[in-house]
Amino acid sequence: MTQMTLGGAINSGLRHALADDDKVVLLGEDIGKLGGVFRVTDKLQEEFGPRRVMDAPLAEAGIIGTAVGLAFRGYRPVCEIQFDGFIYPGFDQIVAQVAKLHYRTRGKVKVPITIRVPFGGGIGAVEHHSESPEAYFAHTAGLRVISCSNPQDAHTMIRQAIACDDPVLFFEPKRRYWLKGEVSEELGADTLPMGSARVAREGTDVTLAAYGPLVPTAMDAAAAAADDGISIEVIDLRSLSPIDFSTVEKSVRKTGRLVVTHEAAQSGGIGAEVAAAVTERCFDWLEAAPARVTGFDTPYPPAALEEAFLPDLDRLLDAVDRVMGRRNSLTGWKATA
Amino acid sequence: MGYRAYRLKDFWQRRRMLSAAAIQARAVHERELRVIVSTTHEHTRTETLAEGSDQDMGPGQLEDIVQLIRPDGSRAESPGFDPWVADVTDDQLVDLYEDMVVIRRIDTEATALQRQGELALWAPLLGQEAAQIGSGRALRTDDFVFSSYRENGVAYTRGVDFGDMLKVWRGIASAGWDPYAIGMATPAVIIGAQTLHATGYALGCTYDGVDSVAIAYFGDGATSQGDVNEAMVFASSFQAPVVFFCQNNQWAISEPVGLQAHRHISDRAPGFGIPSMRVDGNDVLAVMAATRIALDRARSGGGPTFIEAVTYRMGPHTTSDDPKRYRPADDLEEWGRKDPISRLGRLLESRGALTGDVTKRVNDKADAVAREMRAACVALDKELDPMMVFDGVYEEPHSGLERQKSQYAAYLASFEGGEQ
Repeated sequence: MTQMTLGGAINSGLRHALADDDKVVLLGEDIGKLGGVFRVTDKLQEEFGPRRVMDAPLAEAGIIGTAVGLAFRGYRPVCEIQFDGFIYPGFDQIVAQVAKLHYRTRGKVKVPITIRVPFGGGIGAVEHHSESPEAYFAHTAGLRVISCSNPQDAHTMIRQAIACDDPVLFFEPKRRYWLKGEVSEELGADTLPMGSARVAREGTDVTLAAYGPLVPTAMDAAAAAADDGISIEVIDLRSLSPIDFSTVEKSVRKTGRLVVTHEAAQSGGIGAEVAAAVTERCFDWLEAAPARVTGFDTPYPPAALEEAFLPDLDRLLDAVDRVMGRRNSLTGWKATA
Repeated sequence: MGYRAYRLKDFWQRRRMLSAAAIQARAVHERELRVIVSTTHEHTRTETLAEGSDQDMGPGQLEDIVQLIRPDGSRAESPGFDPWVADVTDDQLVDLYEDMVVIRRIDTEATALQRQGELALWAPLLGQEAAQIGSGRALRTDDFVFSSYRENGVAYTRGVDFGDMLKVWRGIASAGWDPYAIGMATPAVIIGAQTLHATGYALGCTYDGVDSVAIAYFGDGATSQGDVNEAMVFASSFQAPVVFFCQNNQWAISEPVGLQAHRHISDRAPGFGIPSMRVDGNDVLAVMAATRIALDRARSGGGPTFIEAVTYRMGPHTTSDDPKRYRPADDLEEWGRKDPISRLGRLLESRGALTGDVTKRVNDKADAVAREMRAACVALDKELDPMMVFDGVYEEPHSGLERQKSQYAAYLASFEGGEQ
């Protein structure tokens, strides 16, 4: 076990993937000498050379489309999209080619492409640097979408993504890049089932489902609620396509209550999918309507307003109060449990 | 030394290790290309400056073009291009003639199949036979084609099964063939997307240390797409062994090429650092020569080349289109005089190579292919198992989709036993 930051754990996972399989190539803007704007590819070009770790011209469609061609030739490209909000020029290549090529050719062409996307807010950035576009991709058949929340998962899951024969969108919680934790590099790609959620904290009263940057926030909420006598079970979804509903279902049948949270806007989001699926599968077990705590249906606001936009500890606890039938911001403070 | 320069040096070192002969060949080709560039682009620029008129230099016009067979069937001399087809015998010219007759027959038969309700749609290539055969026949089997949906002539040169060629148009598959079986990706319907795939594939060839080449086929309309421009940036930057083959057939559905470009499309590539050639796309020999030059440059480490083959789409965009709404009436007459098949026929006749026996053999072959294709078409079952909708979305099981699949199977099973 080694102490690593989340970003360092991805770096180490990439190093393993490059060393394990010479068909793995990295492609992205500023990932070479600079080591990426977040240093996630730090020193990898030095170690593996400019063919394995390629600085790409500044064109996201170009990066993704070139990766498709490399995949045709048997390579396993790992693309870095520098920031979440920069992915849209590559959107067509992702949803029209990367996602559909396997289906189009009935599996004759394999598309083992990993697309790394630093995502989410909370770093005081300018426009287009704090977005959460994961739902677009989870809505697209043919893609897998995963997101890590801690250094160990970051390490194992990036290796899992690269080893996977399907295309994977790997969403990295950029404000947690400096989160530290113990990482075992023994835990490689095959030590985790693809698409499995994780019970991050056990509890009995409320299931709180989160992923990526909000998992630590959910853990804080669970600790705070415990002081108030409420036992929260935190589920780290880890995979957004597919979503591991069997883990979620098991938890909700125990707790009878669901709160789901993400930074992305609410409408048509992952939270809507989780709430709908839980309602379909656990209706008879539910004690309260599922609650969503999400970013608003606005563009990501300027940095000075992002605290108002981002789900935080208090907004999570307010939703917990709501599903517990306690006084909350919607009932007003007159109502009682 | 800059980092990019270092990378290119690295490429060259590998090349040298591969073959000293290839390097020698490259030097020859660079000289050749300088000749070609001087006979096309430099000339174009000089003339453009001299005349100063956009109208005269329109992107659909046939001036400043490489031509080896004139529309009247006479042979034109071209010092830069002739050596590249000097080995082509009259017998081989007859083979090219046969190829063109056959793919025109394939096109006619498929159009008929659409009219008879056997196909949902067809994208005719009528008029573009020379561009597709001349380039397709220049390829090696280990080269890889990335095309759009109109390159059925190229697919023919790759040896595609006729049933596979028609599956998409009959609506029973999203793609017809196994790309690895014939060295040709299934056609891209999103305009221009395949140019990037070709570039990435070509880069992979370089990494693998082989001299296979990727060729991207696209139209004049596609050159407006960002993907095509990005592909040229990436190909140039990485010196990928890729050939950009643009069939300028003058129309993007109803939009004339003048809406996509004010000058020759081939003029764009040099701005990306990619040498380009502008050839008569209805001249099978000129197309073959240009493609061979480009392939040879790519194989010997010279990087990407752009070819603009100027041709004309004599038919509709697809069988759903009505070109009478937008195409000038005299265009067909004008371009009919430049027909790719009849001009090669005239050349062969003048050499006594198109005898009655040859003509009969070619026509018999076209008839046989048409019969085979029709039989393959109607043999393709239109009734598919509804559960096939789930096939091949993922390589590894996806729990969400597996659940939908099992629920739909249960739903279908609920109908078994009929109405009570």
